[in-house]
Amino acid sequence: MDKQRRKFLKIAGASVVAGIGAPAIIKLTATPALASGHDAAAAGHEAIPAAGHGEQGGHGEAAPQGVRLGMVIDLRKMNDTPGLLDAAIASCIAAHNIPEFPNSKDEIKWIWKAPFSGVFPEHSSRHAAKKITDNPAVALCNHCDEPPCVRACPTQATFRNNANGVVAMDYHRCIGCRFCMAACPYGARSFNWYDPRPYIKKYNKDFPSRMKGVVEKCNFCSERLALGQEPACVESCRGTGAITFGDLNDPNSEVRQVLDKEFSIQRKPSAGTKPSVFYIV
Amino acid sequence: MIEKTLKGKPAYWIWLAFLGMFMAVGAACYIRQYNIGLGLTGMSRDVSWGLYISQFTFLVGVAAGGVMLVLPYYVHNYKEFGRITILGEFLAIGAIVMCLLFIMADLGQPMRALNVVLHPSPNSMLFYDAIVLNGYLFLNILCGWVILTAEKKQVKPPKWIYFFVYLSIPFAVSIHTVTAMLYCGLPGRHFWLSAIIAPRFLASAFAAGPALILIACLVLKRVANFDAGRKAMNKLITIIIYAALLNMFFVGLEFFVAYYSNMPGHIEALQYMFFGMEHHGVMYNNLVPFMWAFVVLAFGAIALLATPAARKNDFVLGIACLMLFFAFWLDKGVGFVLAGFVPNPLGEIVEYIPTMNEIGITLGVWATGFMVVTLLYKIAIGVEHEVES
Repeated sequence: MDKQRRKFLKIAGASVVAGIGAPAIIKLTATPALASGHDAAAAGHEAIPAAGHGEQGGHGEAAPQGVRLGMVIDLRKMNDTPGLLDAAIASCIAAHNIPEFPNSKDEIKWIWKAPFSGVFPEHSSRHAAKKITDNPAVALCNHCDEPPCVRACPTQATFRNNANGVVAMDYHRCIGCRFCMAACPYGARSFNWYDPRPYIKKYNKDFPSRMKGVVEKCNFCSERLALGQEPACVESCRGTGAITFGDLNDPNSEVRQVLDKEFSIQRKPSAGTKPSVFYIV
Repeated sequence: MIEKTLKGKPAYWIWLAFLGMFMAVGAACYIRQYNIGLGLTGMSRDVSWGLYISQFTFLVGVAAGGVMLVLPYYVHNYKEFGRITILGEFLAIGAIVMCLLFIMADLGQPMRALNVVLHPSPNSMLFYDAIVLNGYLFLNILCGWVILTAEKKQVKPPKWIYFFVYLSIPFAVSIHTVTAMLYCGLPGRHFWLSAIIAPRFLASAFAAGPALILIACLVLKRVANFDAGRKAMNKLITIIIYAALLNMFFVGLEFFVAYYSNMPGHIEALQYMFFGMEHHGVMYNNLVPFMWAFVVLAFGAIALLATPAARKNDFVLGIACLMLFFAFWLDKGVGFVLAGFVPNPLGEIVEYIPTMNEIGITLGVWATGFMVVTLLYKIAIGVEHEVES
């Protein structure tokens, strides 16, 4: 099982890298491995889930095609283990050279703690259970299937990698107009108001640091996926079941098995963004 | 014709020096910002657009306002505007120059600005905004210059120019419509997510733009011996009043929809702007005085403009136009953009206060725009005087 997952991640990751550099490679790498799951992956780069509206009636999404990486965060399990969320956040900061600014106005956040009512304004209750009000929820980029940030970007510096559904950033193309920050309904994007390098506590040579004047956000650890590793936050929660990661379009994947069993919610469903991050409360 | 900018009374040079001083300060502030980063502004992760983008939004309106002279003159053959149409076109040039400068000042990586052209993204409204703004700038330079040259030579303007004159009319509407679409198509920002934003922008533009032109007419009458004519000014006043009333009506509609439907997302930003909002026991009400000043000044100005006795007096008329211009600046150049970020997507309130460096750049850009308009007006009026003498 674990070996299989590792293989999947590696392939998903390879398609991440390929998706940026050379679309042609995806067809070679992505097809055979994923063919067992669904033939749609053969379409590789072109496999955009055809944003079908109402094919299943109501809010149903289009028939899945290709790989769509997603995540299930089980807030119950997350809060069962004290310090788990902090460890996940810390591992993300360490993995991605996220600067820590003293002033909250300059903050850069990829994954962070926030009150449940802030993360889920559409699901909050006047008389919420104590476990909801007392415990923090987690916020990060939703890697939406229909990302408003991608729609808003005037240079395609942020784009949806159609090979795996990750919403990615090209830090070298971003002009820093911050239109994506206005467009994101989840506040998932941060801007480098200053040169971030002096504020990186411990430098990780395996991941590039950013420069001032560009936007950044969670990248679903594309760089780790390429090496066959799980995202940093997933890895730091291993064994607890607090975060599950995988292909949402594969009915046999671990994420889908969790989602099939449990009642889950997504952030701000009314925004029509179709998030790839699911929560179990 | 450019030589006309080189001769002037001492007051002209003092005015240019005054503007030049602000431009120099603005340039110095910008160099600081360029080197250190946009962290020198009051903008934050939560209020990610500030004074620059709000000035840009307002000035797009001022630029579009020029069409309120072009349209009656060229489409309805309203001859009284003959002398001042060029003022509208040249004001539009100055306003768009300011818009583009504000966009550049706001970019985190200004050296990459051409990426908008190199990687055209038809899904982004900013892509279209770049097209229509530059197109409108080009059209106004072309039309203004060709028609003024013809006037100087005392011949009729060439026929082909009318194609571009008529083209500039939908372009004027488009620049403000597309600018509104930057905001009103974003799913997470309830205050902006309103179909009335574009009409409201146009209404306030068609009041604020002509108000500034009227002020310019009054100033030019005193300092440059240029009389726009009472009839033309009265027609401008009528246009301003109707457009201003429409804007106030649209603002009222926003209030109705928000408070009658009682939808929190619609109420929140208005509540924050006009009454202040409490959050975790802290009252956030930075914008409240500005927004009420907007309401009072706007209605006060409309009342003054609508009073025949008041508007006969050039001084009172000037004050009324200034009040209206300032009121709509508060509405769109301060309130609209900033309040859209409150509360943030996670329901928190972060307030924005511009820094001195940011204000320095802002004033510098305004001064640059006024410099452009002054020089262009100097040329236009110089030509008119030459023809008349």
